[in-house]
Amino acid sequence: MRLDAKIPGGPLPQKWDRHRFELKLVNPANKRKFEILVVGTGLAGASASASLAELGYQVKTFCIHDSPRRAHSIAAQGGINAAKNYPNDGDSIWRLFYDTVKGGDFRAREANVYRLAQISNAIIDHCVAQGVPFAREYGGLLANRSFGGAQLSRTFYARGQTGQQLLLGAYGALMRQAAAGRVRLFPRREILDIVVVRGKARGVVARNLLNGEIECHEGHAVVLCTGGYGNAYYLSTNAKASNVTAAFRAYKRGALFANPCFTQIHPTCIPVHGTYQSKLTLMSESLRNDGRVWVPKTPGDKRPPHQIPEAERDYFLERKYPSFGNLVPRDVASRNVKEQCDQGKGVGETGLAVYLDFADAIRRDGRAVIERKYGNLFQMYEKITGDDPYETPMKIYPAVHYTMGGLWVDYNLMSTLEGLFVLGEANFSDHGANRLGASALMQGLADGYFIIPYTLGGYLAGTPLEPVSASDPAFAETARQAAERLRRLLAVNGRRTPDDLHRELGMVLWNFCGMSRNNEGLRKARGRVQELREEFWRNVRVPGSEQDLNQSLEKAGRVADFMEFAELMILDALERQESCGGHFNEAYQTEDNEARRDDERFCHVAAWEFRGEDRDPVRHVEPLSFEHVPLTQRSYK
Amino acid sequence: MSQTIRLTLKIWRQKGPADPGRFETVAVDGVSTDMSFLEMLDVVNEKRILEGGEPIAFDHDCREGICGSCGAVVNGRPHGHLRGTTLCQLHMRHFRDGDTIVIEPFRARAFPVIKDLVVDRSALDRLIQAGGYVSVNTGSAPEANTLPVPPDRAERAMDAAACIGCGACVAACPNASAMLFTSAKVSHLALLPQGRPEAARRVLAMVRAMDACGFGNCSNHRECEMTCPKEISIVHIARLNREALKAGFLSPEA
Repeated sequence: MRLDAKIPGGPLPQKWDRHRFELKLVNPANKRKFEILVVGTGLAGASASASLAELGYQVKTFCIHDSPRRAHSIAAQGGINAAKNYPNDGDSIWRLFYDTVKGGDFRAREANVYRLAQISNAIIDHCVAQGVPFAREYGGLLANRSFGGAQLSRTFYARGQTGQQLLLGAYGALMRQAAAGRVRLFPRREILDIVVVRGKARGVVARNLLNGEIECHEGHAVVLCTGGYGNAYYLSTNAKASNVTAAFRAYKRGALFANPCFTQIHPTCIPVHGTYQSKLTLMSESLRNDGRVWVPKTPGDKRPPHQIPEAERDYFLERKYPSFGNLVPRDVASRNVKEQCDQGKGVGETGLAVYLDFADAIRRDGRAVIERKYGNLFQMYEKITGDDPYETPMKIYPAVHYTMGGLWVDYNLMSTLEGLFVLGEANFSDHGANRLGASALMQGLADGYFIIPYTLGGYLAGTPLEPVSASDPAFAETARQAAERLRRLLAVNGRRTPDDLHRELGMVLWNFCGMSRNNEGLRKARGRVQELREEFWRNVRVPGSEQDLNQSLEKAGRVADFMEFAELMILDALERQESCGGHFNEAYQTEDNEARRDDERFCHVAAWEFRGEDRDPVRHVEPLSFEHVPLTQRSYK
Repeated sequence: MSQTIRLTLKIWRQKGPADPGRFETVAVDGVSTDMSFLEMLDVVNEKRILEGGEPIAFDHDCREGICGSCGAVVNGRPHGHLRGTTLCQLHMRHFRDGDTIVIEPFRARAFPVIKDLVVDRSALDRLIQAGGYVSVNTGSAPEANTLPVPPDRAERAMDAAACIGCGACVAACPNASAMLFTSAKVSHLALLPQGRPEAARRVLAMVRAMDACGFGNCSNHRECEMTCPKEISIVHIARLNREALKAGFLSPEA
């Protein structure tokens, strides 16, 4: 299979303009004849639904929660990047593009990333017009702060709740369209499968989570905005309902899955404290602007932090990376934290933590300034740990946070399954092997507000789409399979709960396909995942009925998909015999333990094709070429 | 340092909207004080599943106090007794060994119970649909810095915009009023220049929607402010009243 990314011709800065001109248009009067199914209401889904409805399309929007406002974009803390250059510190579209390509360790498409940087400014304009209360300077103009992987300030923020405010802006726009009757909302629905009719995505099978009813919905195109798969690891910063099911079903129906081994482990999270723990909590990267990361110089030093004199502390990020210091990108920071803990210098009860210390910043700027910048984060930390970060340094450790991999899409954000578009974290497109801070919000909103409204129109105008109704046999068959699977889950009646099995799967992935990987471990993990999956279908216990609100059944369905998907992550990691970004294979590192890419063999996107339950998937390759950002060893020293 | 404690839970069980519901008593042993309240419920549920019982249904998602999914009335207080905390942020170190904890769903006419602790809060979405937004289509925004906003105004708008839509204010109010929720949105947008063109229409439409959804009126009990996990002030209710009064007298849309 040849993967055609459909990158428009012409010079890089003109590609998107030219493409928008070349895309066919749908006549305004005809737009209402098209029905679009949008799955998910995070930044990508809510912004796409609202923007498509504003154009006149009939939109059906599905979300797993009781309200669209609860999607996990709501929890993003730190900020959103844009190339406004308001601080006059040398930013430009070109520099944002450059930093993002380099930050992604040269595994993203130049054309996509350039478009993202171009659109970034319009996103800020739009969100401000919606009334998003961004932080402001004394004169009333917008404030910026710096974030990891950049040496300038280009991040817009609303305290530590930027994702919340951006999502509420998009949610407001969505609700406005719902009130106008152009969006029909389907809350508390889980998408169990994609319906393919004559080779095109034409519908979804949804489960009404309140009464278990299996519903079929038909449309002219399906837009998946279902987020990432970080919960494969069980413990992550993702919300509990975040899952891979819809994306994985799409994969099984013919959409290729790209770079599943590219997962982001975020350096600053609250450490694990018990076996009953249900999730991990992120402490925003913005804290690294003022917080200093350190460990005791002597392994096993158990003194409380205030008793360790300055001379006996190692500020290892500042020491190793003098030009970026504490603001190195996430993959680099996480690996260094792990390295310190592996050397026995970790702190706290478990030894799996390092300090993030604000004492210097509080001395320099005063407590009030620090409180204004990070008050809500400090409060969150205090509630969970019982420690006051104004008085004692935070303890932090890396945790699974974001997944750069996702369904493969072309420049139009369409997957290899025709008519299936994938937006936001659910696609693979812009972050390469490592995402920079404050780029996820930018990408989700770029996809939803400013890309899909054009490219979807181009598809609809240029593709003959015969009428399809939910009475088509493809719907009945897909719905039957989904219902059958639910009944199978209930029928096992074994001795382990879905959470218990999920936790074990997560440990296997964390240990062998986490921050640091090696071939032997990955091979072992693949065997363990296969055994665990076999045990799952023999020994899971799901109480209740499929015709009721049944949260155990919901969980079991998601875990079943993670059990299969985990193997794809491992396979992808095994095949990528290099280190890049979040994928660190111990066999490929430089003398000072940095990731060593192999551009000869792996300067490409790996996209996996499903070939049936009993066969290995096939790995396809989309070569990447770097004409504008020269391929170099990434350095933050 | 973590310890373990022993608790007695009296939990509301209700099979569905038509079921009258009842309290069930559950003894729980070995609760680590480092657990969150929801993790404690997880442990109870895991045990019930293995014993062949039906787990307790409750809404939850982000488990870090921002999505607004979780919430139950714990010992008479929505989200429990701690100030400025959602239920998922309430940790067991705030309970004592031997405590009895009563756990009920949020109760309000506008929030019918769906099952156990899960309630239907879609009325809050209907309030936002009535006008809790700025009507701006994608693509039509001016350059962001053409509209300066004094930082103290932006900060006050942010104080109101921090609402997570959990509905605890409604559950805490003796009248089951949604005034704090509604006023937070009215106030957030009324404080910003972007929200002014529609301010009159918005406040009138949202107040009408509150009545239509079956929420009660505000009679200044201030329970909402005490309970709000984001500590949103009733100052915003005062602003809603001013906005509504102004709109009622001066707006052609009244």
